[in-house]
Amino acid sequence: MSNFEPTIVAFLCNWCSYTGADLAGTSRLKYRPNVRVIRIMCSGRIEPAFVLKAFQEGADGVIICGCHPGDCHYHSGNYKALRRYYLMKEYLKQMGIEEDRFKLDWVSASEGHRFAELVNEVTGKVAALGPCKISSNIARFT
Amino acid sequence: MNTQNKPKLKVAIYWGAACGGCCVSVLDVHEKVLDIVKAVDFVFWPIALDIKYKDVDAMPDKSIDVCLYNGAIRNSENEHIAKVLRKKSKVLVAYGSCAHLGGIPGLANLTTKEEIFRRAYEESESTVNPDKIRPTTETKMPEGTLTLPHMYNDVKTLAQTVQVDYFIPGCPPQTERLVEVLMLIIEGKPLPPAGSVVGALEKTLCDTCPRTKSDKKLVKEFKRPWQVLDDGITCLLEQGIICMGPSTRGGCGARCISGNYPCRGCYGPPTDSPDPGAAMMSAIGSMMDVEKDEDIKKIVEQVVDPAGTFYRFSVPGSILRRALK
Repeated sequence: MSNFEPTIVAFLCNWCSYTGADLAGTSRLKYRPNVRVIRIMCSGRIEPAFVLKAFQEGADGVIICGCHPGDCHYHSGNYKALRRYYLMKEYLKQMGIEEDRFKLDWVSASEGHRFAELVNEVTGKVAALGPCKISSNIARFT
Repeated sequence: MNTQNKPKLKVAIYWGAACGGCCVSVLDVHEKVLDIVKAVDFVFWPIALDIKYKDVDAMPDKSIDVCLYNGAIRNSENEHIAKVLRKKSKVLVAYGSCAHLGGIPGLANLTTKEEIFRRAYEESESTVNPDKIRPTTETKMPEGTLTLPHMYNDVKTLAQTVQVDYFIPGCPPQTERLVEVLMLIIEGKPLPPAGSVVGALEKTLCDTCPRTKSDKKLVKEFKRPWQVLDDGITCLLEQGIICMGPSTRGGCGARCISGNYPCRGCYGPPTDSPDPGAAMMSAIGSMMDVEKDEDIKKIVEQVVDPAGTFYRFSVPGSILRRALK
């Protein structure tokens, strides 16, 4: 699976992480092109169903990014995201989805390099795992 | 009610992978059953009537007015009869949690057929089977070959097998709601659009819960029901007991809560929620009153078996359908 190019869906909060990703672009940082960015207003807006839906529709990995703890534009959305993330990790583990396919990290508006590194790191790990089988598994049920 | 001159409504009730509770719940109409049998002919109901599959096969297509199919699709027999009944019925209702979302048998989707067989026929403490004999679907006898249905690896909902007109959720459904739905049909009143969940509310159970809730629901730790001395008044979630109320459709009459037991989610998710467990993870993610990484990990650990707790009745009907195994 050396030439496998995974599809990674990244949910980025509007105030820090999306701006951080934008900075990575304007700074002309090179990073793996596998990521599909979805901008949401706050990482606290990410319902677990969004993540499940991404896997259902063929994502091989999912990234959630929000403001650093204490920096949330809406005071505490990122803490909610973090708590849901840990709950979901346990659930996804039980469902047989490898841990490396799902990652939450904090990226501030000034951390373009951090976003680029995160995308490279997750893409590398997911590429090593190969395609996620959950979407074809789900297709058996229709 | 004047039903003297009307032809009687032909109703079939069948069980797939089910415990029998749904069939019994139909009998819980008590004396109302007298009103119902005045207007209804039960043409097929294995728990109560001796009617054979060949009798159903002989019925003309669309000759059954309403079929209540309860139970999940677990083996070839469940699937075959679901398809036969779909052909013979005008209206097919997925009756109860198992037909609706997979129910308790749907938990088998967290494992595999092979693991279940190994556990049941080799490993369980009460099993003595040194030759590791497994059941087979065919046995040759002097009189001929005997066959049994074969069990599938995946448990499916009824709607994942055949087209379903209505869903009546619950484990088992609240009998009063069934009577209301049957009466609508008997009296020829307009029916809700096909594909609707009927006999339940649009909103969550919390909306109808008799317990006292505060605006700010916050929990520092989750406990099992036996670890809490319930005050009988305060919201169970606020007392640290995982209750599926926030992500479960109301309409059951809060039966479990009235018995001081937390909701386990048998009515499935409310109308606008695609996945019951996801809604629950979202809800309790907001409630946990901890912020530090290690504290969050600790409280998450207290949620024993998230898949089995948040999807107790709905693994096949959830977004992910089954575990990758």
